[in-house]
Amino acid sequence: MNTIEKQLSASPTNRRYIIVVTAIILILFVWSFTAINLENFQESGWEIASGILTGIIHPDLDLLLTFTKQGVPYLLVETMAIAFLGTIIGSILAIPLAFLSASNVVPAPVSWLTRLLLILIRTVPSLVYGLMLIRVSGQGPFTGVLTVALISIGMLAKLFVDAIEDLDTSILESMTSIGCTTFEKIRFGILPQLFSMFLSTIIYRFDMNLREASILGLVGAGGIGAPLIFAMNSYRWSEVGSILIGLVVLILIVELISNNLRGKLVRG
Amino acid sequence: MYDKIFPPKKIALPNGKVVLEKRSRTPIILVLLLIVTYISVKFTGFSLTVLADRWDEFFVIILDMIPPQWDYTPYIWQPLLDTIKMSLLGSVLGSLAAIPIAYLASANVVKSKVIVAATKVFLSILRTMPTLVTALIATFIFGLGTFAGTIAIFIFTIAYVGKLLYEQIENVSMGAFEAMESLGMNRVQAFRYAIFPQVLPNYLSTSLFCFEGNVRYAAILGYVGAGGIGLLLNEGLGWRDYASVGMILLMLVITVFIIERISEHFRKRLI
Repeated sequence: MNTIEKQLSASPTNRRYIIVVTAIILILFVWSFTAINLENFQESGWEIASGILTGIIHPDLDLLLTFTKQGVPYLLVETMAIAFLGTIIGSILAIPLAFLSASNVVPAPVSWLTRLLLILIRTVPSLVYGLMLIRVSGQGPFTGVLTVALISIGMLAKLFVDAIEDLDTSILESMTSIGCTTFEKIRFGILPQLFSMFLSTIIYRFDMNLREASILGLVGAGGIGAPLIFAMNSYRWSEVGSILIGLVVLILIVELISNNLRGKLVRG
Repeated sequence: MYDKIFPPKKIALPNGKVVLEKRSRTPIILVLLLIVTYISVKFTGFSLTVLADRWDEFFVIILDMIPPQWDYTPYIWQPLLDTIKMSLLGSVLGSLAAIPIAYLASANVVKSKVIVAATKVFLSILRTMPTLVTALIATFIFGLGTFAGTIAIFIFTIAYVGKLLYEQIENVSMGAFEAMESLGMNRVQAFRYAIFPQVLPNYLSTSLFCFEGNVRYAAILGYVGAGGIGLLLNEGLGWRDYASVGMILLMLVITVFIIERISEHFRKRLI
């Protein structure tokens, strides 16, 4: 055994730790297999799978290319409108909450309470909000807007807080020393630091909200989800195909644009 | 284009030089945003009067949830455990399946451009499908129950972990990989011994993060019949039994919080 090997074997090993963690994960993994039940699996499943595939290959072109209220383009625009308006309202609501939970702005108890509230808001599933808000504004895209706004608050506020807590306070000190007023400090010291981070977060959230808005139709909150589930329940696979194609293309395009914009924002 | 309509401002410096300051784009972006907002308001039938009239209806439900119905707890355990099992199984299998797919999607490991491009397109199409839609399709194919939910989570995990993993693989330093290839290893072996150890901590942390998110998602999958606690939520809301819904939500929040804490602890250790 030469010195190099000695040094190598002298390095601290945490093998026991790794083995214990791996064993726990393996046990949990095997335990989770008990959730699988295949008795509901029927032969008709393959027919449906092939139905969906042929539907995607032969989509209902009439539906895909008409611009009436039932057509896919109209529904997609409606979904986008829901996501857009929801994101705007959500970010307006999230900004004060973010400042209230930033530990360098408010005292610790206030920040803890707001954080707890944000965790609560974030954990309740979107469909539950949808079902609750239907009671406020009835079925339709308006409910979708409110739901999207409410579910965006949690994540937006959390990412805003990260940006606020990373604020470079030395800039503010130097501005105080040259005699700036509070308003000037906010306008020229804080806003430029936060604006691009906030904007990039909001654009990212819009991207996510588009997906959320597309499933909210399942509870009757407008958008493309409702026609999709109706078409599936009545086994009209070509309609399902055209809706899915429209949805995937729209989300891909929006994702591409949002990635570009965010890249530009980050690079300045 | 924009600079031609609004010519840049000319500033003469004291030494006689003239510099151009481009006009700010903020006003036009603001106007565009306002127009889009207006169109969205028209499209969605957004009305502040309805909101001002009926916003308290929302809090009626929330007040009904307090206090939650404590004796409903025994009915919740089984679906809650099902939800966790579904997301665990889907996440573990999904992140394992993501490794070969991410390998095929990394331009620095696989030489053939066709394979790389095809895998990347495949991954982004998988990622665009909302989880609930995947779950809906899965319930049609595999029948109602937890299996459909597991499939939906599995597919989402592949797409998410796969994308982040191939981005990491493409960013590793290739020195060790080339050295091992020059020693006579083939590409898969070199990947295993040179690249995999570099991306392993990040990969584990991504998978944990994905598992965290999946627990949240799994909670709503029951809405389309894909098993788990969503089924109970749907029933409770349908029967307007808001006290039970409150209990379910409370348990869900606690579970998600605990899982988040555990996962955060391990993710901090990993990186």
